[in-house]
This record gives sequence, C-alpha cells and structure tokens, in this order.
Amino acid sequence: MSDTTQKTDTAVDNPAGPTAPAPAPAKQDKTRSLAQDAFRDLVRNKMFIISAVLIFVIVTIAAFPGLFTSVDPLACDLKHSMEGPSGSAWFGYNFQGCDVYSQTIYGTRNSVIVGVLTTAFSLVIGGLVGVLGGFFGKWTDALLSFVTNVFFGLPLLLAAIVILNNFRDDKGMRNAGVMAVVLTLTVVGWMSMARVMRGAVMQVKQADYVAAARSLGASTSRMMFRHVLPNSITPLIVVATISLGAVIGAEATLSFLGIGIRPPAISWGVMISEAQGRISSGLHPLLFPSGMLTITVLAFIMLGDAVRDAFDPKLR
Amino acid sequence: MGRYVIRRLLQMIPVFFGATLLIFLMVNVMGDPIAGLCGDRQCDPATAAQLEKEFGLDKPVWQQYLTYMGNVFTGDFGTAFNGQEVTELMANAFPVTIRLTIVAIFFEIVIGISLGVLTGLKRGRPVDTSVLLLTLVVISVPTFVTGLLLQLLLGVKWGWIKPAVSSEATFDELIVPGLVLASVSLAYVTRLTRTSIAENKRADYVRTAVAKGLPRHRVITRHLLRNSLIPVVTFIGTDIGALMGGAIVTERIFNIHGVGYQLYQGILRQNTQTVVGFVTVLVLVFLVANLLVDLLYAVLDPRIRYA
Repeated sequence: MSDTTQKTDTAVDNPAGPTAPAPAPAKQDKTRSLAQDAFRDLVRNKMFIISAVLIFVIVTIAAFPGLFTSVDPLACDLKHSMEGPSGSAWFGYNFQGCDVYSQTIYGTRNSVIVGVLTTAFSLVIGGLVGVLGGFFGKWTDALLSFVTNVFFGLPLLLAAIVILNNFRDDKGMRNAGVMAVVLTLTVVGWMSMARVMRGAVMQVKQADYVAAARSLGASTSRMMFRHVLPNSITPLIVVATISLGAVIGAEATLSFLGIGIRPPAISWGVMISEAQGRISSGLHPLLFPSGMLTITVLAFIMLGDAVRDAFDPKLR
Repeated sequence: MGRYVIRRLLQMIPVFFGATLLIFLMVNVMGDPIAGLCGDRQCDPATAAQLEKEFGLDKPVWQQYLTYMGNVFTGDFGTAFNGQEVTELMANAFPVTIRLTIVAIFFEIVIGISLGVLTGLKRGRPVDTSVLLLTLVVISVPTFVTGLLLQLLLGVKWGWIKPAVSSEATFDELIVPGLVLASVSLAYVTRLTRTSIAENKRADYVRTAVAKGLPRHRVITRHLLRNSLIPVVTFIGTDIGALMGGAIVTERIFNIHGVGYQLYQGILRQNTQTVVGFVTVLVLVFLVANLLVDLLYAVLDPRIRYA
C-alpha cells in the first residue's frame, strides 16, 4: 500500500530553490498512505471545503433547530397569510400564516434523517450483496446479480409510490411516517451500490496481497473483511455521498406527490407540496424550502465529486 | 450477431418475470386490492368475499400471477375496476408519453452532447467552468421545482405557452414539459460527454487524424465524438425506461394524461390491474432499450463484435 522509496528520490533531487515551487510538497513526506494522500488533496480542494462547511451547517440545523429560530413552526396565525419576507419573518409567511423560515429550519431534520438513514441502509445492503457476489462469484454472483437486475427493472419512483401507498395511519388515511419513507427508498435504491461494490471487489480480488493472504491460510471471512473490503470500499463511499443528496431529493418528490411524509410533520418536500397550490399568489413559501433543498443536494454532490477526485489515481 | 441477440433475449426472460412478479406481489400482497372499490370506507365482509371471488382473489397468489401472465400473453391486460379495458387506457396513454419521451431524448442528445463536446474541448476555460457549475445546479434543483417555476413564468406570467397541455398533447405543446423532464439527464449527458471527450482528446488516433491533415470538424465528429459516445449511449438508453416511468412528476405538473398520470391514479385508487399492466409494459420497454444499447455499441465501435 505504501510506496516509501519512490518519493524520497524526488526529495533528494529537489534543489530546494525558490524557483521550483511545484515539487515542494514532496519535501517532508516519507510514508503516506493513499488515504493520507487523498486527505491532503481534499483539504486543498475549494469544492471540498465549501461543501464540507455547508454540510456541517445543515447537520447542525438538523440536530439543534432551536439554535437557529425561536419561533414555533406550527404556531400559525391566519392574519399573516402569504405575507412576504420582512424583518420579523425573514422568509415571510405561508398560506396558513406559518413562519416559513422557522418551518424550513425545523423541516431540515426530517429531510436529513431520511437522507442519512436511507443511504446507510442502502450502503449496508448494497455493500453486502456486492461483496458476496463479487467475492464468491459463480452461482452466488449469478443469483445476486439476478436479484439486482430484477429490482433495477422496476421504475424506481413508481415502485416507491406503490409501496408507500400501503402505509396507513390509525385513522385509515394515507400517511407514511419517516421510517416508512426510509425503508421504501432503501428497498428501491440499494442496487447501484451493489453494482459498484461488486465491480470493485472483483478487481481487488485479483490483487497479489489477497493471493498472499490466501496462501498463508487466511480464512474466507478474514480475506473478505481485512483485505478485500477495506481496499474496495472507496467507490462505494463516493456513490453513497452523491446518492445521499439524491435521496433527499427523492423524499421531497414523494412528499410533492402527496405520498411521503405528510403534514403536520414538516419536511422541505411537505412545504413545497403545500406551497405549489398557491404559487400564483406568492412564490416565497415555495422558493425558500426549494433553495435549502437545492443547496443540500448540491453540497453532497460536490462532496462526492471532491472525494472521488482525491481517491482516483487516474487523475494524479 | 444473431446468436448474441438470441442469448440476450433469453437472459431477459427471467428478469422480466422477476420484475413483474415483484410488482404483482407489492400490489396484491402488501396492498389490499379490493380496498379501492368501496371508496374510503372499509368494505363489509360479505361484499368483500363476493368481490374476491369475482376477481379470483381467493386463490393462492402464485395461481393469480400465473393466470394474469397467461392473460397478458394473449393480449388481455384485464379490466380496471371502473369497467374500462386496461389496453384501452394504454392505447390512450402510451402515445402521449412516448411523444414526451421523444422530446426529452431529443433535448438530451442535441443540447447535452453539444455542450459536452464544447466543454470537453475547452477543458479548464471559463466556458467549461460555467457550464459545469450550471449542470451541478440543474442536477440539484428538483424536477418539480423546475417544472413549477417554468410553468408559472412561461405559462402564467408571460403567456408564451399554455400552462396545461390539452388532451391531444401534440409535439409543440410538449416542448417545455419535455425540457423539464430531460433537465437532470441533460446535465448528466453533458458531464459524461465532457469527461469522455477530454479523455479521448489525447488518444493516438486523434493525433494521427490531425497529423493526416483532416479538417478539424471531421476529426471531432468522425474520430473523437464517435469513440467518446459509448458511455453516453449507455446512459441515454437506460434513461428511456426511467423517463417513461419517471414522467409522473412532469405529467402531474403540466396535466398531461400519459402513462405517469394513469399510473398515479391507478396507485391512489388501488386499481391493481392498471398498475400491474402498465408496469409490465414499462419493464419490457426498459429491457428492450438496454438490448438496443448493447447492439448500438457495435455500430459505434467497430472493434466490438458480437459472435
């Protein structure tokens, strides 16, 4: 994993003149793993810094919404209905007279929870399917690839609507809670992770260090978890980061269609869905949650791109 | 070539049955297929039993699935609960969605590939950076926000288009909805083409073509573009199925009575036959599109041969 000798050569050759700034970082590095290398790249990447700061702020909002607003998001007053942004309500009021800023802040939590949990579950399921299929090959791979292809054949959004439509609350109304949305999006969305993982594992499996471990008598599980998994997980992490943004967008789409999280629960999708009917009398209840949604999705895509660039050896 | 096609067709069969069985189970086992018949109230047990018998719902699920598939292969997709033939609904809905998808794919190919070639050739220049940022923004803005805003601005405020599409849904009415439907994929096509072009720009065959003294546009279209298109064609091919199934949002915003609209109504009203029938056709479209993509590879890259 670590090529120590290669870098010391350049350090010796480096004349240390002020006119040669390019090979300067090679000066003090002796042993650097791929991860350390990638981290150094990331810290110098503007996209990474911006997206990391954005994600930090969004997660803080999701965890402690009370820090950002003291207004109760469900304390609505009809006399403020559709009032535009002002000093007291930065994002204005919606049709019901609720404070849009406060709702946007409190809506962050549900959107982020759906994104994080769905991605985590898909990572585990997809990762497992991919590792097993890629590592064992033969009929295991054939079976798992078949299952993956079957799920891929279904239109994603449609399958999600069909599943979510079956969730009812105790009054028999269509109402899916946050967990129902998480599970549904996991069921319809784990496949791309499985494919990425399978590809990576099949590549790593051929490596000499796996053959070495095998000839030293390492058990299958040891080879899989100590050697193959750590070396093939990077592409999976990249896909997961990018798809986290996509999942948050998918949650909003389901809420927009009136089938995901329902009011009185707040999420950006619910807010946008409520605002769309009144779009001609005022855009602000639509624009602010859409803006937050866009920024969040953008932040995760940028983060994923930055991580991929840092870990992709082809671009060095 | 012929043998390859036959092998691929044979491989498609289990996936087709797996996917249709999956949707059949989702609708019939997880859901309650007769719940939709009694409106929002619960059916009383006697009526429920009567209806179950009438639709064959008292039989085991595997038997229901086999009966259904048997009917499908004789062209009988069953009747929706309101008495309309599902095939009749399809005959009305599919032409509309196919037109919408054609418009969307057209935008993806024309705008997406041109922008991708432009940015790939000028990598690192201001044009490249700004188009790249633009694609990021387009990917991040949810389709329904783009749709609602365009409908409001172009349709209601400025009056350039009709805010709702009529039941004929002619091509000119579908331009803006098609653009909305295509927007995210268009951004991906641009990025894919850009990466591919930038990678292949340094290839030996491009240098050879330039050294031969070929005109620039010929080098780009015949040598560079043709070799760079494979990942793009893969993406657009798989996107056909996704666009047709994913048009729910666009069709809802612009009130287009296509596949997405029928499916959405079918799901909400628990109209089992409609949902399973439409999804069966969509799965077929998806599989056939994937097969066509694989065959297109050989056209684009003569080095690929199918024995």
